[in-house]
Amino acid sequence: MLVTKRTLAIGAGLVVSALALGGCTAPGSSSGDVVTLTLATVNNPQMKDMEELKGEFESAHPDIKINFVQMEEGDLRAAVTNDVATGAGQYDIVTVGAYEVPQWGQLGWLTDLTDTLAADEEYDVDDLLPAVRTALTVDDKQYAVPFYGESSFLMYNKEMFADAGLEMPNNPSWQEVAGFAKELKTDDRAGICLRGKPGWGDSFAPITTVVQTFGGNWYDMDWNAQVDSPEFVEGVQFYVDLLQDAGEADSVSVSFTECLNLVSQEKAAMWYDATSAAGILEDPDSSGVAGNVGYAHAPVVETAESGWLWSWNLAIPSTTKNVDEATTFVKWATSKEYQQLVGETLGWTRVPPGARQSTYEIPEYKEAAAAFGPITLEIMNAIDPVQPGVNPQPWVGVQYVTIPEFQDVGNQVAQLVADAIAGRSTVAEALAKGQVIAQAAGDKQK
Amino acid sequence: MTTTAPPQQGSIAVAHAAHRTAKKKARVARRLVLPALIFSIVLTQIPFLVAIVFSTLEWNQLRPDKIHFNWFANYAVVFTGPDFFSSLISTVTITGSSVVLSLVFGLMFALLLDRKFTGQALARTLVITPFLVMPAAAALIWKWSMLDANVGMVNWGLNLVGLPSISWNTDLPVLTVIMMLTWQYTPFFMLILLAGLQSQSKEILEAASVDGAGPIRVFESMTLPHLRQYIEIATLLGSIMMLQVFDPIAIMTKGSGGTKTLSYLLYERAFIGLDVGQAAAFGVVTVVITIVTTSIILRSLFSVFIDGGKR
Repeated sequence: MLVTKRTLAIGAGLVVSALALGGCTAPGSSSGDVVTLTLATVNNPQMKDMEELKGEFESAHPDIKINFVQMEEGDLRAAVTNDVATGAGQYDIVTVGAYEVPQWGQLGWLTDLTDTLAADEEYDVDDLLPAVRTALTVDDKQYAVPFYGESSFLMYNKEMFADAGLEMPNNPSWQEVAGFAKELKTDDRAGICLRGKPGWGDSFAPITTVVQTFGGNWYDMDWNAQVDSPEFVEGVQFYVDLLQDAGEADSVSVSFTECLNLVSQEKAAMWYDATSAAGILEDPDSSGVAGNVGYAHAPVVETAESGWLWSWNLAIPSTTKNVDEATTFVKWATSKEYQQLVGETLGWTRVPPGARQSTYEIPEYKEAAAAFGPITLEIMNAIDPVQPGVNPQPWVGVQYVTIPEFQDVGNQVAQLVADAIAGRSTVAEALAKGQVIAQAAGDKQK
Repeated sequence: MTTTAPPQQGSIAVAHAAHRTAKKKARVARRLVLPALIFSIVLTQIPFLVAIVFSTLEWNQLRPDKIHFNWFANYAVVFTGPDFFSSLISTVTITGSSVVLSLVFGLMFALLLDRKFTGQALARTLVITPFLVMPAAAALIWKWSMLDANVGMVNWGLNLVGLPSISWNTDLPVLTVIMMLTWQYTPFFMLILLAGLQSQSKEILEAASVDGAGPIRVFESMTLPHLRQYIEIATLLGSIMMLQVFDPIAIMTKGSGGTKTLSYLLYERAFIGLDVGQAAAFGVVTVVITIVTTSIILRSLFSVFIDGGKR
């Protein structure tokens, strides 16, 4: 019986957790003079590139070996949170999102890297993009370094636009985009690809930015949930209508990867998603639309900008016994030297973007990323994570709320909205239920 | 009137010696069983007791500074929350439908493969294969290869005969999960029912045919009653296995569209919400439900084995 097994497994996990809390941390792995560091990371292309290039680091540091453990985003978040929260010490380096770093830093779960980074002139910590660095800093202490950062923008197939006689503005409105999408939609092509797969980091990343530019937000300054407010409902209704009118088929099972495939295969005319997608779309080895993609700012309604802000970062759990070795690797993987290595070895479009200002000054990168590099930098510097929407908010962050309960709240509301996308309920019904869920979490902040 | 002869001295001594030997054997048996018993208790009961204790705590992993007893508040969340009863209904719907369909298809395949024909061994291997595939892999096969709206084989087949594509994962999520489970568990039902068919006396079936009974009459009056115990066992074991449905939900639907089963709900609380207290409460309630359900199922199974199906 899996139900029983699963429950017992959780029980066993809790016992392990209890033991770990009692001080039974897992020993670091070392053999002779060689230290093996375990790195838990998300299984996206940039991290796979890092694994491919780790041999260069190991050659230069023969006393350090790196063991990669790659997981899907949701699994990684759960595994790393459990490991760090219980002090189990399974990982020496972890990949954590911008959502977790401030919370984990305040809890003392991550090693403070401020002095280490500042002391190394060659590392040039001031080169890190200010908005991203701010998101990783709490009380003037920096707890992680960005491996790559991203905002969101609108990608469109230039050939399809030209064939239809359409022209995309640099700063389109959502209404304009909806019009284009309906015009470009055909039986075997989506007018626009949008994430519909339920999840706070899946569908609700773009939906939250749409809601914010429609004037809504998750909470007001007193942590009163605003999920059933007219602006929130209007934003979600717009998103759902656009998906139903001109979006991709089977949208509830579509997220970043699925849209990437559809756009690459010319089965979608537009795509609103992460800026990090551009490097993959422009790689002729994997994309059928390389060189034929145009880029515009995230569509807006009430705000001047509407992109999100995210970074995947490397951090060192405070439980590791190999802080020095882990720091050496973290600095290498986020250095200017590493970016040169990626460009020269794997290709310049594969350089991790959105972390360093100097990335956008490398001549080869400027040439390779001419279509999307400047606009990415422009958007990332324009995003205001303190107040991304119309109204002020009591947390710092764009497409998420920096409270522990948000993952659960975002997921549950996303499931309710998925039912609306599929036509099994209305947006108003879904968000009325979502309001109750969000308010319970909001009450804990009061 | 009866009289009882006084016991002889010698026979009392023999009885005492036998009693001592029996006690010694029992002592040895207890010592032999003890390690396994301790091991079993440590592995199964203590974590469950720990889970009961944790279910009385307010404990989110990201709020370690705010852990405190909240007694039965987590249980109140279980029973008053929006998810529990709908999850119970989803679990029953998905499990029940999958069991019925697997039984029907399993019986059809068993009847087909009970006959001798060229390539019988190959056909049996092919039919059994889905049961050997890992549940996570099976869910991926169904999500991408079979039911994907753009590249799935099912839509390709529909288009081939002039029918429009269907957005399976969006419009029919419960059905997609049931289809996947039926595909995976039909071989299990088939194996048990085939064993039942092969234990049936062929001579009696032939005699019935000679007496003029047609194939439908033979199936209704002889084969089906003979298979009754096997159908019961397959249904009961299949139900227990399908109550565990988790992988297809996590991979195909992420709990949307009425597919949030109890095990997926538990996973959400524990590994997405990171709420140890609530997850433990959900776990305890789920275990109680499972114990009650399996007790009923085991009782039915027991009566099948002990009474030979006569109730």
